[in-house]
Amino acid sequence: MNGVHDMGGMEGLGDYGYEVDEPVFHSPWEARMYALNRAMAAWRIWNLDAWRHDIERLPAHEYLRMSYYEKWLTAMEKRVVTYKLLESSVPRVPKLTPESATRLNRGLTSSVDPTVPAAFQPGDRVRARQIQPPGHTRLPRYVRGHYGIIHADHGVHIFPDTNAHYQGKNRHHLYSVRFSAQDLWGPSAKAQDSIYLDLWEAYLEAA
Amino acid sequence: MAPLLQGGGAFLCYFIRMDHDHDHSDVPSDLALRVKALESLLVEHGYVDPAALDAVIETMEQKVGPHVGARLVAKAWVDPSFKALLLQDASAALTQLGYEEYVGAHTVVLENTPAVHNLVVCTLCSCYPWTVLGLPPVWYKSHAYRSRAVIDPRGVIQDFGGSIPEDVEVRVWDSTAELRYFVLPERPGGTDGLGEEELAALVSRDHMVGVKR
Repeated sequence: MNGVHDMGGMEGLGDYGYEVDEPVFHSPWEARMYALNRAMAAWRIWNLDAWRHDIERLPAHEYLRMSYYEKWLTAMEKRVVTYKLLESSVPRVPKLTPESATRLNRGLTSSVDPTVPAAFQPGDRVRARQIQPPGHTRLPRYVRGHYGIIHADHGVHIFPDTNAHYQGKNRHHLYSVRFSAQDLWGPSAKAQDSIYLDLWEAYLEAA
Repeated sequence: MAPLLQGGGAFLCYFIRMDHDHDHSDVPSDLALRVKALESLLVEHGYVDPAALDAVIETMEQKVGPHVGARLVAKAWVDPSFKALLLQDASAALTQLGYEEYVGAHTVVLENTPAVHNLVVCTLCSCYPWTVLGLPPVWYKSHAYRSRAVIDPRGVIQDFGGSIPEDVEVRVWDSTAELRYFVLPERPGGTDGLGEEELAALVSRDHMVGVKR
């Protein structure tokens, strides 16, 4: 979706809010919210892509107004309703335990799968498709329609555009693609500078 | 500052964590109350163990953080074979240093050189190498940084107090998938006699994201 979350290249979005010696959390509720999110993720009721899409779907003016963890909180409150989390009182044992909570491994699946062919090789010239996916996508607007060069093949990865909507993992090749900064932004950018994005094969066409 | 809730301060004090230094006239914000309510409901329904939340918070506040990344950088500066491993397979390098618990799959290290400077951003959300650098700071998640880093990386670096020479190539890495990037900065001059610990103390989060060179 062409949401306000897709903000690469926009202007006028305020200050960085830089702090020297910034604390990890700015108040106890932020810490609780972060941890609640980890504890609920362990249930795997929703996936990471659906989680991101929940936040993207906050109304644009709310998205821009809210602090980071307020977005998490608001999306989680909606999820409690959407997934009917409180509607049955069957006995449950929490999935995240004090022991498992200290492990940070993100639990990603292997990206090696020789059975999935790769359409592109490093060095190939490609074009990011000029498309407007209506749901979740990781193809930012600022590269759509632009030409780039395949920098590396990262192997096969779950496709967020379908996974976020529970329409299948659709694992396929993900590439690091190099775009010239001048091609994306015009003459105000330096000729030697570039932007690299990780883009799924479905976002790309040969050029 | 969060807005203060008017009235009801006495019973609301129940919700305030009393283990840190603050003004006792504070009452929790409505956000704090909403999180408390959410936690209570999820605990009551068996989804969440409050002790696990404590453990998550302790891990993120005290164990993981930029010091982990700084140690990797310092070791790479003094040990060429470790540097080669770090650039080739960051997860293997983390394991070698005893951080197997912190290994984030698909971590990629970007090497700064006299000719190349790297900058990491996530324009779409807040993807960050948190297993190596800890949780991202507010500025990394800010709309200002997310929007500007790709269109004007040199301007962003100036905003952070530095500058990139005209002839240096700037590479911006927009973290649009599950790969997580961090920067191996150049070793500063005049540090020949320093040991790994002293070198690690020179490396900040800002260097490893690339807003400082």
